[in-house]
Amino acid sequence: MAEPLLAAAGLIKRFGGLIATDNVSIDVRPGEIHALIGPNGAGKTTLVSQLTGNLRPDAGTIHFAGRDITHLPMHARVRLGLARSFQITSVLREFTALDNVALAVQAHAGHSFRFLADVRRDENLRGLARRGLEEVGLAARADTPAAALSHGEQRQLEIAMALAGDPRLLLLDEPMAGMGGEESQRMIGFLQGLKGRRCMLLIEHDMDAVFQLADRITVLVYGRAIASGTPAEIRANAEVRQAYLGEGDA
Amino acid sequence: MSLIASLRTPRGLITVLLLVVLAVLPLLTQAFDQRYLLSIGTRIVIWAIAAVSLNMILGYGGMVSFGHAVFFGIGGYAVGILSHHGVASGWIQWPIAIVAATLWAALVGALSLRTRGLYFIMITLAFAQLVFYVGGGLEAYGADDGLNISRSRFPDFIDLRDKASFYWLCFALLCGTLWFCSRFANSRFGLVIRGAKSNELRMTALGFPVFRYRLAAFTLSGALGGLSGILLANEGAYISPAMMSWVKSGDLIVIVVLGGMGALFGPLYGTIAFFVLEETLPPLLDLLRTGWGEYWQIVFGPMLVLVALYAKGGIDSLFGSPKEWRRHG
Ligand SMILES: Nc1ncnc2c1ncn2[C@@H]1O[C@H](COP(=O)(O)OP(=O)(O)OP(=O)(O)O)[C@@H](O)[C@H]1O
Ligand SMILES: [Mg+2]
Repeated sequence: MAEPLLAAAGLIKRFGGLIATDNVSIDVRPGEIHALIGPNGAGKTTLVSQLTGNLRPDAGTIHFAGRDITHLPMHARVRLGLARSFQITSVLREFTALDNVALAVQAHAGHSFRFLADVRRDENLRGLARRGLEEVGLAARADTPAAALSHGEQRQLEIAMALAGDPRLLLLDEPMAGMGGEESQRMIGFLQGLKGRRCMLLIEHDMDAVFQLADRITVLVYGRAIASGTPAEIRANAEVRQAYLGEGDA
Repeated sequence: MSLIASLRTPRGLITVLLLVVLAVLPLLTQAFDQRYLLSIGTRIVIWAIAAVSLNMILGYGGMVSFGHAVFFGIGGYAVGILSHHGVASGWIQWPIAIVAATLWAALVGALSLRTRGLYFIMITLAFAQLVFYVGGGLEAYGADDGLNISRSRFPDFIDLRDKASFYWLCFALLCGTLWFCSRFANSRFGLVIRGAKSNELRMTALGFPVFRYRLAAFTLSGALGGLSGILLANEGAYISPAMMSWVKSGDLIVIVVLGGMGALFGPLYGTIAFFVLEETLPPLLDLLRTGWGEYWQIVFGPMLVLVALYAKGGIDSLFGSPKEWRRHG
């Protein structure tokens, strides 16, 4: 089996008395979509935040592309090819959709200590940004301020920003959260289109989406990874059915 | 950049008119024999440079530095101290003064920019107060009373004792500062600074080391602030700790907010409004009743609150949407 692209081992994170991440080990292999599921408050976002560097784990190590990134700051991890979207939409609200993506492109186009040239006339950045918007179906909204986009469009924009740096691994925290049925379907279709080309760690509550998309699934309950395996294995796992899937089936 | 096109918008028209009036101000004050007005005009232009430099971090970057007047002091004292010891040449004084302001800004920025909100405000204020008290303790340089200095010498280039020449030098430097700020605001660097104001977490998650960019902006702003301090010391041929009291830092913030945060010409509008009100409110109030003029700030304060509440974009926003300017500018 191929060397994992991302490998976290023995992660522990406490918030006061609460153990939000309880000795979790997880890996993502090149090319796969790895889904992370679990009930509300299970610690999914907390886990992803440690992988991206928003949060420091109390214990454990994180390796990315063979490199120990446990102590790297977030911006440095992103530069290595780790991109994330947030559960609560996070875009630059005052900037147009195109500027949002152009900034994402800029982040990966060398340093930004350039003080004089007009960035909006930089056709390298603009061209790539326009293509990024097209890819997620937002081309027509390029000049709209992000704050004026619909919720679903903002989520699409965030995906475009995450993809702009051509990341090696995408960490998506509930990309369909708050979307209507039709929008969700489109997003699932879009992610499906990325399958095989992009490596992903996907947090998602919608089980249909998860079973459609994922190559492997890890189940988190009370901060612990109680199971990990192919969709078929997870479906068949008694502990998972009891702890998590059972709720929905009943 | 089309000047003609910008004339078609109210904002462009007003701004161009304003710049033209400022450009010929010495001729006007001479024609109407109002020397005093030229001195106010000079101070407005110098303060506007400081306000533009503060706007770069406060308006565009959301960094509420409550110690910006310290750069008046550092620029001014560097010139004054050198001049006091017989180093009269501006070619030597000015670069040293700017380097001093730059280094101080880099140090304060490095120590304060990891904090946010009220902490950042307090730390920048504390560092400024430190320099203020050091200045007041310098017995050799007049302590609290300050020091009369001779103006910087630029032999065969410009005579700063000539009021009109000095004014035009200040005005040229203001134009240069505004030009730089207009480039900065739409550059890669400027977009990182503005993006970090809008959503710091997002910028970090895009891969920007936000701290480094903020530090660079803070340092740049300090260097320009130092320049305004050099000019201020030369304007009055005088330095004193009062140049860098926290009140002046507060005034600079007021000016930037009043003029319109993150608007290119906002600091200029704000400075003019501030000086005009400072000059006219006291006599107007004295007309109402003798002695009231002293308390002009009681009227000025609520005016500011109104701006903060109802005209978020400051004076600049009265001239229409900023988009117009961006499209034409
Ligand atoms: N910064 C924090 N400080 C204290 N407790 C926190 C913090 N962040 C998360 N928690 C707690 O840690 C636990 C895990 O939260 P987390 O957000 O990771 O869950 P989640 O699996 O993403 O849930 P959801 O499905 O609702 O998004 C929760 O009990 C939460 O209240
Ligand atoms: Mg979550």
